[in-house]
Amino acid sequence: MAYILIFITAIFVNNIVLSQFLGICPFLGVSKKVETAAGMGAAVAFVLTIATIVTYLIQKYVLEAFHLEYLQTIAFILVIASLVQMVEIILKKVSPALYQALGVFLPLITTNCCILGVAILVANGTYASYNVEPSLLTGVVYAFSTALGFGLAMIVFAGIREQLSMVNIPKGMQGMAIALVTAGLLAMAFMGFSGVDGGLRQLFGI
Amino acid sequence: MKKLQSTLPNMAIVLTLISVLAGGILAYVNSVTEGPIAQIKEKNLADGIKTVLNAQDLTVQDSKTLDAGDVLYITDKGTAVKTVTNGFGGALTVLVGFDNEGNIQGYQVLEHAETPGLGAKAGDWFQKDAKGDIIGMNPGKKELVVSKDGGDIDAITASTITSRAFLLAVNNAYKSFKNAAVTAPAIDDKAVTAEPASDEITKE
Amino acid sequence: MSNFKVFMNGLVKENPTFVLLLGMCPTLGTTSSAFNGMSMGLATTAVLVFSNFIISLIKNMIPDMVRIPSFIVVIASLVTILQMLLQAYAPAVYDSLGLFIPLIVVNCIILGRAEAFAAKNSAVSSLFDGLGMGLGFTWALTLLGATREFLGTGKIFDFTIFPEEYGMLLFVLAPGAFIALGYLLAIVNKIRKA
Repeated sequence: MAYILIFITAIFVNNIVLSQFLGICPFLGVSKKVETAAGMGAAVAFVLTIATIVTYLIQKYVLEAFHLEYLQTIAFILVIASLVQMVEIILKKVSPALYQALGVFLPLITTNCCILGVAILVANGTYASYNVEPSLLTGVVYAFSTALGFGLAMIVFAGIREQLSMVNIPKGMQGMAIALVTAGLLAMAFMGFSGVDGGLRQLFGI
Repeated sequence: MKKLQSTLPNMAIVLTLISVLAGGILAYVNSVTEGPIAQIKEKNLADGIKTVLNAQDLTVQDSKTLDAGDVLYITDKGTAVKTVTNGFGGALTVLVGFDNEGNIQGYQVLEHAETPGLGAKAGDWFQKDAKGDIIGMNPGKKELVVSKDGGDIDAITASTITSRAFLLAVNNAYKSFKNAAVTAPAIDDKAVTAEPASDEITKE
Repeated sequence: MSNFKVFMNGLVKENPTFVLLLGMCPTLGTTSSAFNGMSMGLATTAVLVFSNFIISLIKNMIPDMVRIPSFIVVIASLVTILQMLLQAYAPAVYDSLGLFIPLIVVNCIILGRAEAFAAKNSAVSSLFDGLGMGLGFTWALTLLGATREFLGTGKIFDFTIFPEEYGMLLFVLAPGAFIALGYLLAIVNKIRKA
């Protein structure tokens, strides 16, 4: 039950983009079309899940074991950067079709702050709320759900922007200005989910 | 100076050199800042205990962690209890100070994830002379409940859930304080034996 | 280009927030008040100035193919140093910025300036570029923070202008960040075209 709680909370209640402000650059940058948005979402889900597992293991068995916690940021960013490269090479060899779909987005992911952000949150155990023990499994569930939340926000936002491109917008508001206001309205809609996690907790008795 | 060529040995040497240098510098800065960081944590806790017990000079005699996760800091001026509950946006950690009779001396919200401007007001709302003043009350005589649920404490405007969670935390803190006082009479043996009920305690 | 021009370039003409639209995560995430916005801006400035300076000094010693990883190591080390210093000597700032301090590493402005400016120019002008870009980022974040704080709680830098009860709370919350930046951007667009 705890996993369902983490799943729903990460997607709707604490949406990574719309309430945590991580991963804003791709959210604003590659959301002009629904297809590209979905591609970016899938690439993030893929890398984020793998990166979380790898960084969690590094944190537990290397950094904490040798008391090197202060190297966290530097170790994680290097791991993520090389992981992205590796995923790119492997995908190219193993599944050209998937590479075709995700390839363009992979280089952009290194500087997507939601990857490093989630990796740090999971490694430090600060993502887990009260009564849910942080562990590798909950961390992975959290990372994957977060990525789904990212994908959902991307796709919904891209859908709205596709419609926006067909209407007349006052000159000053064109481009990023109207996109940001739209994102604000979307964030407001997602705020409607706040408190849902409390209800679920009561329901599940956590 | 000419730019180094991208040969394999060059690349390996440069990357290793930069990483080792960076690691060394970080280790040095870490060793310098480690002390102050630990001191600040300690000082924050000490300051928190002083604030919630409303006393400038006190000594912490004992601290213990209960099964529920609550932490008790027993001092000569009373007991401070650290407890966690679910707030509106996540865990809500509160430090509550009690005198020996169980009257609330003060409180401090240590960590929270409540909505800014709404639930986050809990840090001030229940303080002395504020709208939801709980200072001086005794949860043992009457449980703290918001007026909406039939109690007599004003909830934070538009943040009933946070208010309920906060008061639950204070009530839980009191229970921990009370349980610890019963199960561990060793803190002050003489005070306990002065009471007639002490027979029952010694029997256990 | 003179150092002054390089400095003003980042401050106004190529302002990272309002013109280049870089580093949006901290821009939106840390501007719930003017003070928070300013602290984030200054923290980023510190990293940017040093990273530009160091990278420009060592640019000839780094083979092209390992350029990006080397830059990342330099930037990540600077960020970690900053993180430890803030935690030790400015704990209040450290607590209010939280996760966004280590995330300075992935702020596109820093790697972007290292690539676009520091890797091609002298150490001194890189320093000025870092300072200009950093302060450009800082004033943008402070302005956004002040706007949100003013509309949301009636204060600027904790100085009360109208009672908190009349504030539009929305602006302190997440949606307000997007909306406030959207309208600020529209105003800046208008001024730039005029």
